Amino acid sequence: MTTIVLLAVTGLGLAALYFLAASGLTLVFGLADVLNLAHGLLVSVGAYTAWVTATSLGGSHPSTRDIAIAVVAGTAAGALAATVVEVTMIRPLYQRTFEQILITVGLSLAGVALLQIVWGTQPLTFPKPAWTATVSTIAGMAVPNHSLILIAAAATVLIGLTLFLRHTRIGLIVRAGVQDREMVIALGVNVRTAFTVVFAIGGAAAALGGALGGIYFGAIDPSQGAALLIFAIGVVIIGGKGSITGTAVAATVVGLLQQFVNYYAAAGAGDLCVIALLAAVVLVRPQGLAGGKTA
Amino acid sequence: MTGSLLQVRGLSVRAGSLQLLHGISFDVAGHGTTVILGRDGAGKTTTLRAILGQLRSSGSVCFAGQEVANMPTHALVRMGIGYVPEDRRVFPDLTVAENLRLAERDRPDYDRVYTLFPDLAQRGKQRAGTLSGGQQQMVSLARALLNDNRLLVIDEPTKGLSPAVVTTVTAALAAVARTVPVLLVEQNLQVVSELAHGAVVVNAGRLAWTGNTRALLHDAQLTRTLLGVAARRP
Repeated sequence: MTTIVLLAVTGLGLAALYFLAASGLTLVFGLADVLNLAHGLLVSVGAYTAWVTATSLGGSHPSTRDIAIAVVAGTAAGALAATVVEVTMIRPLYQRTFEQILITVGLSLAGVALLQIVWGTQPLTFPKPAWTATVSTIAGMAVPNHSLILIAAAATVLIGLTLFLRHTRIGLIVRAGVQDREMVIALGVNVRTAFTVVFAIGGAAAALGGALGGIYFGAIDPSQGAALLIFAIGVVIIGGKGSITGTAVAATVVGLLQQFVNYYAAAGAGDLCVIALLAAVVLVRPQGLAGGKTA
Repeated sequence: MTGSLLQVRGLSVRAGSLQLLHGISFDVAGHGTTVILGRDGAGKTTTLRAILGQLRSSGSVCFAGQEVANMPTHALVRMGIGYVPEDRRVFPDLTVAENLRLAERDRPDYDRVYTLFPDLAQRGKQRAGTLSGGQQQMVSLARALLNDNRLLVIDEPTKGLSPAVVTTVTAALAAVARTVPVLLVEQNLQVVSELAHGAVVVNAGRLAWTGNTRALLHDAQLTRTLLGVAARRP
């Protein structure tokens, strides 16, 4: 029983990471029809900014306050980087899908190379307070704190995004734009503003995932973001592009499936199961679990 | 032509190797309703979409004295054009209230909308996708009527509606056209005879005829030649 609970919590922690990486991706894909293949780089921007900030503030043993500041700095850097990418590279290429793929792949490769030049190819130990590596007792079960942090962050982002989509004008534009962007424009709405806001939010969420991923994995490396992007894209497709709720459900399914299968079958079998699930969804329900509903 | 709100000159649209419009020219008066008529596939909707900047075009489109050809659609709409597309195109997962809220510009006039379509006031929380075709058309019209527009562009508003709803929609359009000029695409000649003053007939992407609607509909030979049907005497 303890093993199942532990697997469930660590699986949910992984799911939370996938959700953070995928939530912005799905909104950008759904609204703007842009599959941003540089989205993984934003995860790395968050991770490395948080690492630099935490190391500067607290060396190898930062306080809780230091790490909180580091996570906020990483998140802000992700939002800023996403905005710059959208304005300078994506905006001139809207509705030119092939060029978008080329430029975002190129940016991703260049970004990883830059990280390798500056910080090397080897993983960096992520400085964190000691309590993040211990466990908490919930209902008599010992659960790792780093998973709880990720789950709490993802739940907060899910609630925040849902409120944003349901109660703000830009959220309304996003929900409508995912259904029929041309008609939104025909009502006199400049969707470009919504594109930029959604990019910034997506960048912030991905970077938050990167920063908290450092705490979760205990280390960061230049290719971590790109590796996470593959699962994030799978989550977006399974959840249904443009759907935050679908993304949350898909991330949960993928995280738990991966964790349980890797433990009970064989290491790596979980990844295979995720790919099989992705293939099944594409074949049976290509619109994804949510089928076009945004929130 | 003096007094025209919209002047279209030599409007051409190309899609790949296909020429959809061949240099169409016509005027839309600053009052009443001007209708674009033509057989299926003649280029009526293409003409509207080109005017609205949804399709790249060549030629000139002058709205209220300003050249607007190929202007971004949202900017053109914000100059005072309300658009009601073919097939309603409501946002099915948004409520009626959200559909209307999305169309709000400076000073939305909900009283005008709810006076014309009182049913919508009761259905604010209902998802637009669950409405009947007629109710969806009312939402689509209401989105365009919410703002103080200088021109309404309406594409086949009675398509697929029951006779009773056609009567309601036609009455609403007649009321609207008293205050705002309308550029209408419509296949129902009875509706056309009730609403339109000026007519533009397109055929295979070319301007086939332009003039007074009454003159067109009174000439059975002309309507048969241009539209393939004989109009009933209005």
